[in-house]
Amino acid sequence: MSAAADLMTALSAVVPGAQYEELQSSDSNVTPVILVPAEHLLATCQALRATPGLEFHAFSDVTAVDYYPQRQPRFDVVYHLVSPHRRARVRLKVRLDLNQTIASITSVWPGAGWMEREVFDLFGIFFDGHDDMRRLMMPDDWEGHPLRKDYPVQLRKDAGTYMPLQVTAEEFRANLERDRQVRPQPS
Amino acid sequence: MGLETEYEIPVLTTTVESVVQWARRSAIWPVTFGLACCAIEMMAMASSRYDISRFGAEVFRGSPRQSDLMIIAGRLSRKMAPSLRRIYDQMPEPKWVISMGACASCGGVFDNYAIVQGSDQVVPVDVFIPGCPPRPESVIYGIVQLQKKIAASKMDQSPKARIA
Repeated sequence: MSAAADLMTALSAVVPGAQYEELQSSDSNVTPVILVPAEHLLATCQALRATPGLEFHAFSDVTAVDYYPQRQPRFDVVYHLVSPHRRARVRLKVRLDLNQTIASITSVWPGAGWMEREVFDLFGIFFDGHDDMRRLMMPDDWEGHPLRKDYPVQLRKDAGTYMPLQVTAEEFRANLERDRQVRPQPS
Repeated sequence: MGLETEYEIPVLTTTVESVVQWARRSAIWPVTFGLACCAIEMMAMASSRYDISRFGAEVFRGSPRQSDLMIIAGRLSRKMAPSLRRIYDQMPEPKWVISMGACASCGGVFDNYAIVQGSDQVVPVDVFIPGCPPRPESVIYGIVQLQKKIAASKMDQSPKARIA
């Protein structure tokens, strides 16, 4: 039995009702690839982390692939997990269509939040349950999601030379006030 | 300039303007500001092998408020453009800008949505230096060209006239 089949057997016992599927990849012998239904992603991640014998404690990466226009649903969201002391890896893939959202896994691995923001910024995939779903790389007022295949590579428009303040005037004054209390003025 | 010798001590006559412009062009202090790989060549230019201090421009200032020259060394992303403009605005007049390398001058190989296609969209550029990246000699040549430009320009030229 393949490593992916072992994993899917172990997962099916913990996550009832989930239909997993093994996918082939050039590195399948090192990293088993499992297709996960979007609605079972969070339960699957919790199981992969907490189930004895699986113990994928380390979260490695979240990224996405856009297969537009060849495939419907167009997006693959890809998760890489590592089990350091078992020396095992697993890759989870979730298929998503445009305007579909996916559960955030920040409740399982808080560090996933940065990568989820990056995926949101560049692909426009919204993660439910992420408490700070803002752009990470592009400017805050950017339009569109550049790594989508239907986004133009070249953009003919003038560069913005003005940056709006990141805080309001009230927040700025409140920050100054708080600083004064934390670090009292020398007498 | 003329050397007057009929007096007891020799007197050199010249115009205030040429003396001021001589002082300005002989001590162009760049702001410490690198954007990408061109900045490595800019640092090499400041090191002893190429030694930009021969041209009075070796003092890289850590603060824009003490600088005369901004070398845009590298590709300028659209997200960086407002920050670059803010640093430029903080520099006191008179100030000059060198656009170093293909990316800063026209976008270079990065003909895409994220990179400004020519930093003259953001700040007024005095000298463009071609190359990918330009060798330190090219940048020194660019600084010498800028010195010639300063020598030939008026002392009290207002910033608005220079930008337009």
